[in-house]
Amino acid sequence: MKNNETILRVENIHKSFGDLEVLKGVSFDVKRGETICFIGPSGTGKSTLLRCINLLTQPDQGSVWLGDAEVTNSGKSINHFRQRIGMVFQNFFLFDHLTAVRNVEVALIKVRGMKPKEAREKALDELRQVGMEEWAEHYPAELSGGQAQRVSIARALAMNPDVILFDEPTSALDPELTREVLEVMKKLALAGMTMLVVTHEMGFACSVANRIMFMEHGEIKEQGSPEELMNDTKFERCRNFIGQFDQINGD
Amino acid sequence: MAVGQVYGKRPVRFLIGVFVWFFRGLPVLVLLFLFFFGIFPGLGLNVPAMVVGATVLGLRGAAYQSQIFRGAIQSVSEGQMIAARSVGMTKLQSIRHVILPQAVRVALPGWSNEYPNILTDSSICYAIGVMELMTRTSQIVSNTSVTMPIYLVCAGIFILLNFAGMRVLHLIEKKIQIPGFGTGAV
Repeated sequence: MKNNETILRVENIHKSFGDLEVLKGVSFDVKRGETICFIGPSGTGKSTLLRCINLLTQPDQGSVWLGDAEVTNSGKSINHFRQRIGMVFQNFFLFDHLTAVRNVEVALIKVRGMKPKEAREKALDELRQVGMEEWAEHYPAELSGGQAQRVSIARALAMNPDVILFDEPTSALDPELTREVLEVMKKLALAGMTMLVVTHEMGFACSVANRIMFMEHGEIKEQGSPEELMNDTKFERCRNFIGQFDQINGD
Repeated sequence: MAVGQVYGKRPVRFLIGVFVWFFRGLPVLVLLFLFFFGIFPGLGLNVPAMVVGATVLGLRGAAYQSQIFRGAIQSVSEGQMIAARSVGMTKLQSIRHVILPQAVRVALPGWSNEYPNILTDSSICYAIGVMELMTRTSQIVSNTSVTMPIYLVCAGIFILLNFAGMRVLHLIEKKIQIPGFGTGAV
């Protein structure tokens, strides 16, 4: 793995829904192996930004580059890019009619054209990674939220993506389930996976992220390392935002 | 047709809409006469009444069933399509491997209505002289002048056919049942 290689470049992304300008020109680079956490108030375009990266939402303006190739304006090859950009959703979106292992292998077989036997092995490997191997034959309706989310992480991992986008992966989970999912994500980050994570879990952001971006009103307002977030004056607005937790906790 | 109506481009949706509107808008009897006396002869085709009956019942059934499926497809949550696209499936692959397998399970109970519907509607083909169950029955009645017992036998045969068909559909429903879909939930 080459260090300092820029794997993902996002340039000047704009997106409006009707009159509402959700993203007002967002740009950043991601190096291979980096974990970047996006935090900020709801409705500031964090999720939209992630969706603009794999074009689940079409940006109005700006470009996204994966390595040297442009993802935006890629026409039909967008399906190839999406294989290299995994995505994990707040509500899991597991395929409800398929067992856990089938959820992980279906794209390998139908999209990659892998042989079913090979795909099954790979799928079980990925499930093992997230500690869900024993649940391989269960349907999504039979899994807890945390288990379902871990399966959906395995589904994203199976494609060997260059980057995984996490869109509030733990927001639908209680604290205990949140922990089991965050542990899996931490393991991935330490193993060198490149990850973009939209989250409200400050503990996770501070301990795992290489960089934290504070977004507000469709822009990246403040950014830096977790240490800078704690001490540096440039993170003033962000600390205010986080500080609201402490006030409720009676600090 | 249902897939076209949900995911198709505007002209596709329009054409399917017209088809559905036509075949659901007219009584079976009117459709049968229209095709038997008008459309098929008008096209210069001399087809047996049997074929006309099958065509009309088939197309009419398709119109009704397409709406059952449209409802079923629309009931599959949007997230399923988003997730399928996010792993790199094309729209067609997503529909085929993710949306339709779920939609079929939702559609089946409503869909199974169509079997007895079409079966019993077939008796109307009597009117254009198709040799179906009801035509046969009437012939026997007029030959023997026994009425009630023979009509009862006819009814019995309809009920048997329906019963058998419904059993099969029920078995299929059971067979493809999955936790999280319909009554079989954990």
